[in-house]
This record gives sequence, structure tokens and C-alpha cells, in this order.
Amino acid sequence: MPLQSLDIVRRSATTTPAPGVRGAYTGTVAKLIDTSKCIGCKACQVACMEWNDLRDEVGTNIGSYQNPADLSDNTWTLMRFAEYENPKGDLEWLIRKDGCMHCADPGCLKACPAPGAIVQYANGIVDFQEENCIGCGYCVTACPFDIPRISKRDHKAYKCTLCSDRVAVGLEPACIKACPTGALVFGTKQDMQEHAAERVADLKSRGFEHAGLYDPAGVGGTHVMYVLHHADQPALYSDLAPDPHISLLVRAWKGRTKPLALAVMAVTALAGFFHLVRVGRNEVTPADEAAAEKRA
Amino acid sequence: MSDSDGRNLLRYSAEVRTNHWLTALGFILAALSGLALFHPALFWFSGLFGGGPWTRILHPFIGLLAALMFLLLAAAVWADNRMRPADWQWLRQWRDVVANREDRLPEVGRYNGGQKLLFLVIVIGMAGLVLSGIVIWRAYFSLFFSVGLIRLASLVHAVCAFLLICAILIHIYAALWVKGSVHAMIRGTVTPGWAWKHHRGWFRQIGHDAHPRTGPN
Repeated sequence: MPLQSLDIVRRSATTTPAPGVRGAYTGTVAKLIDTSKCIGCKACQVACMEWNDLRDEVGTNIGSYQNPADLSDNTWTLMRFAEYENPKGDLEWLIRKDGCMHCADPGCLKACPAPGAIVQYANGIVDFQEENCIGCGYCVTACPFDIPRISKRDHKAYKCTLCSDRVAVGLEPACIKACPTGALVFGTKQDMQEHAAERVADLKSRGFEHAGLYDPAGVGGTHVMYVLHHADQPALYSDLAPDPHISLLVRAWKGRTKPLALAVMAVTALAGFFHLVRVGRNEVTPADEAAAEKRA
Repeated sequence: MSDSDGRNLLRYSAEVRTNHWLTALGFILAALSGLALFHPALFWFSGLFGGGPWTRILHPFIGLLAALMFLLLAAAVWADNRMRPADWQWLRQWRDVVANREDRLPEVGRYNGGQKLLFLVIVIGMAGLVLSGIVIWRAYFSLFFSVGLIRLASLVHAVCAFLLICAILIHIYAALWVKGSVHAMIRGTVTPGWAWKHHRGWFRQIGHDAHPRTGPN
């Protein structure tokens, strides 16, 4: 029995309310990642490994500082390095800390078929409960940001927890604590939006006219947000999704169609029973046998 | 064409019967394990397979076995299940079918229009399930496909499974409804009267009543 949080607002594959008596009365939380302040030191990556006791395989050089090459079951956050030549001909080194965005409308949770394998807390954190995970990979299928990874060892899905264990006891996530430049900050979502607005105004005054906050409405907003110098072109930042949303195919697969399909199957079975009750069986009569006998 | 008592007619050979019931067993297990992941209300079906992870592990293998068995069965009954104009007429008269007014229907051969339509739905559904199932088989194959295709395959898999389950529910009821059908698939034989009433074309075809329509019809 794990420690109870009692602040669950959504629970995967569950049709009745989850224990949620505790609310986030001081506001939901958010991590703000200011790409304009990031120096790519990877202290956040190391802090994540350290706090969560994760050790990925030592990878190979892929032509940039990015290592490991991708997120994995053992790498929940990753500095992605992109080199962008702007229209003026200058090189811009766009570094983005990648990881779970903690969507307000999480595709992973919508798609998950295992009761309680994914929960969303009142504070906005989307957390995997691996003991309930069955390893189907539907979360990977539905995620608009390509974040969850299935472990090859235990076949469970893993991703950033936003240090739900630390946040639950009033600490900031490990990555935030480690950031030396203040590129990572953590607080209520409202505070982070206000802080981001100041940062965006500052960047605009410095010539980044398209600076802005990345808090995509397509997934109901996120509890991990970016300040981008080029908010009009998120894809510059190692293919950050310009308009993330739960795919229509996933919605059709996991929406109201499911209970409807279930009802139609039940009605089909019942239709048979009531046909039996009202019309009855189709039986061979002695006259049929006699007719057949005559022709045998 | 007759069994040991010399009167009843052999409708399904021991091979076809074995094949049918292996397909049925595989399909039911695949359906139960799949329904466990289809809707939370049915997640408890996963208990029949040893829990959620075991359900996820076993389902695709069971599905493949069912599909393989069906492939053999389909090969055996393929030729007799081609739709003919009389079959469409039979289907158009579905009201007479469900009201047991069989005398008003066109003469039926080895299989009727409903059985042929069901066969078509099962063939399409099975093909859709196998193809989409491979794409969403996370442990071995999903890494070869784009996320867009995996999303499409997830939807196709659910739609095909839904259609197939409805079709099989109808198939099961029809077998119980038309008395003698279950016996035919278990012991292989039907009475001459059964063949005369339900599949008169087949009755004639296998050598009875070589002079068609001489008597009262």
C-alpha cells in the first residue's frame, strides 16, 4: 500500500471519483523553463539522476552535447541541443530541457487502460503509478510530446514525476534546486505565468520580438512551461510541438465511442435472448423429415 | 455422405469441427483479454488471465493463434461462401428470416446469405485485427512504425474487434436459434429434414432428390 495522497483529480481507467478530498487551495504548481537563461550545463539532468537513483547507459557522441541521445526509462529529463542559423546569419544555440509537460488534459491518462496506472493530482502533476502499469504502451501512443518510455527490463512506463515525492512535502523538484542560472524556477502556475511575463517583456526589449510563453492551450495548458525567444517557432527547439493536442484518432479511440460500443455489444447479446423469448427457435418439423425422406 | 446410422447427413468433417472449435476457443480468449483493455468496466476480465501484465503479454499471442486457426477454417469453407444474387435476395428478406418464415425465402445452398455475410465480416475483421494488432504490439513491433500509424492502428483494432464481437454474438445466437446447428458442429451430422428445411440446395447437391422440383415444394 503506497502512501496516500488523497488529492487525485483524475485516475486512469476509472469511472468513479478517486480519493480527492485534499485540494490545491494555494493553486496548482508549474515549472518554468527559461530557454533564454539556460547555459546547457546539464546540472538538471544530473540532479534528476541523483534524486531518482537513475543511471542510463553511457551513450555515444551524436555530434552535439546531447547525451544520452534520447529520453529513456532511465532518463526522465534531457537537454536537447539545436543549432539554428537565424535570418541575420548568426548562430543561435537553442537548448531545451525536455521531459514530461504535465498537461492539464493528459493524453497518456486518457489512453491508459489500467486502473490507477496514471493519476493527476490536484496540484497539476501527472504521475505514473508503475505498480499498476501493465506495459501496453498506450500512453506512448497518445502522448502529444513523445515522452513516456517503456522499460525493456520491467516493461513499465516511466517519465518525469515533477518530483511529486519532493513537491508533496514542500520541496522544489530536484532539477530546479540544481539550476545555477535561474533558468529553472518552480512555484504556483500563476506565479510562474507572472514571472514569465516579466521575462518575455525583458526579451522583447532586447530585440526578441517574438519572445513568449509556451503554455499550449491544445492540451489545456501545461504544468511545465517554456519561455522561448522564438515563441512563434517552437519547432526550432528540437521539434517542440507548435500546436500539441490529443490526436483526433486517439479521441475517437478513447472517447465516448467506448461506452457506446459496449452498449451495442450488450444489446446485440440481449437481442438474441429476446428473439428467443418472442419468436422462438427455428425447428425441423416431422413434415420436413417426411419431405426429405421422400426424396432420399 | 451419411454417418453410421445411415440416415443422417455429414455436414462438418471431424477436421473442420476441430478447426472450428479451436478457432472459437482462441477467439473467445482473445475477445475476453481484449475487452479487459477495451473498457474499465471489463478490466476484471484480466483476472482470468493472471492480471493486467499477463493479459497484455498473452492477448496478441492468443489473437495470432485464433487468426491462424481461422485462416485454415476460411480456406476450407471459402468456396462455399461466395455471395450470389439469391443470397442478397435472402438478406433483403431478413424480416422473413427472423420471423422463422423460411418457406418464403429463396432456396439456400450449403450456406445462406446471413452465414456468407458473417463470413465476409469475419474475414475483414480478422485481417484488420491482425494487421493493426502487429502495429500496436509494443513489445516487438511498434518501434518500426510512426506514432501516427500506431494511433490509426489502435482505432482500427478497436473498431474491428467491436464489429467482430457483434458478429460472433449473432453467430452464436443463430446456432442456438436454428435447432440442430450446434449438434452439427459438435458431432458433424444433421438430419435429412434439417438439410431439407434449411439448406435445400445443398440437400439436392449431395445426391438426394436428383430430380429437382418433382414433388410439392
